[in-house]
Amino acid sequence: MRFGIVVFPGSNCDYDTLHVLKYVVKQEAYFLWHKDHDLKNADCVILPGGFSYGDYLRSGAIARFSPLMQEVKEFALCGGIVLGICNGFQVLLELGLLPGAMLRNKNLKFLCQNVHLRIENTDTPFTNKGKPGQVLNIPIAHFDGNYYIDGPNLDKIKKNNQILLRYSSADGLLTEKDNFNGSLDCIAGLVNENKNVLGMMPHPERASETLLGSRDGHIIFDSIIDYIKNDR
Amino acid sequence: MKVRVLVSFKESVLDPQGQAVKNALLTLGYDIIKDVRQGKVFELELNDISREEIDKVIPEISHKVLSNPIIERFEWEILK
Repeated sequence: MRFGIVVFPGSNCDYDTLHVLKYVVKQEAYFLWHKDHDLKNADCVILPGGFSYGDYLRSGAIARFSPLMQEVKEFALCGGIVLGICNGFQVLLELGLLPGAMLRNKNLKFLCQNVHLRIENTDTPFTNKGKPGQVLNIPIAHFDGNYYIDGPNLDKIKKNNQILLRYSSADGLLTEKDNFNGSLDCIAGLVNENKNVLGMMPHPERASETLLGSRDGHIIFDSIIDYIKNDR
Repeated sequence: MKVRVLVSFKESVLDPQGQAVKNALLTLGYDIIKDVRQGKVFELELNDISREEIDKVIPEISHKVLSNPIIERFEWEILK
């Protein structure tokens, strides 16, 4: 399977993601330069974490106008699998591939820590290897992760089961204390209506090796691989 | 020609930075403060273009680039 990782000026999780895909889950993986117009036949496109364009203006706001984003948008609208991690999630929101927007964390702090996530829906290309209600331990590292969406659209994404991951306690309870960044409805990750585009603030590539404290991020990558293999 | 665009959060959106500024001002004893909303200011210097063009282009770029219409609103004025 072929994974294309988009590199923007300021991306800083691109090499971590490449490492995990190539050497841990052992798939073909390569970088895609944001100024090109070629996805190089990728089966899955990943927008990695970092600070594209220094987060100037708003996180992800300038990266969305990068030339390659036209191809990413077309790929996603044709059903291609796209995963945005952290800054990648913010780019997907700005690009309009996912609904809602990010605000500054409620405590106005950059949060860099392990968090617990509850899987809400396993019937997607990104979570089919998980169990409903399963709790994952994956780190976050962001300043603008306080997810916001207006009332009618929140109802819509809930009804359509688009919320995949919620911040929770270790035993899967939704509490204000565990909703570190203040996200509406504890939303940590959500998909588009067709469920082929996922944005998530936590970093699965930082939780894919036991040596680094958690392998829970594997579920996301393994699910994608399984989905694409069976889809063919 | 210079244009100033002011971008701020919609009323319905919580502004944690504005809240922090408000709390700081209250702590300093400025109890006249009821609420604070923080925003961004852009000053755009333009080439010679007509008033019609300005009326068309400034709202367009304010909507498309300078603000995120999901959470923010904008207003603009011609400075000189």
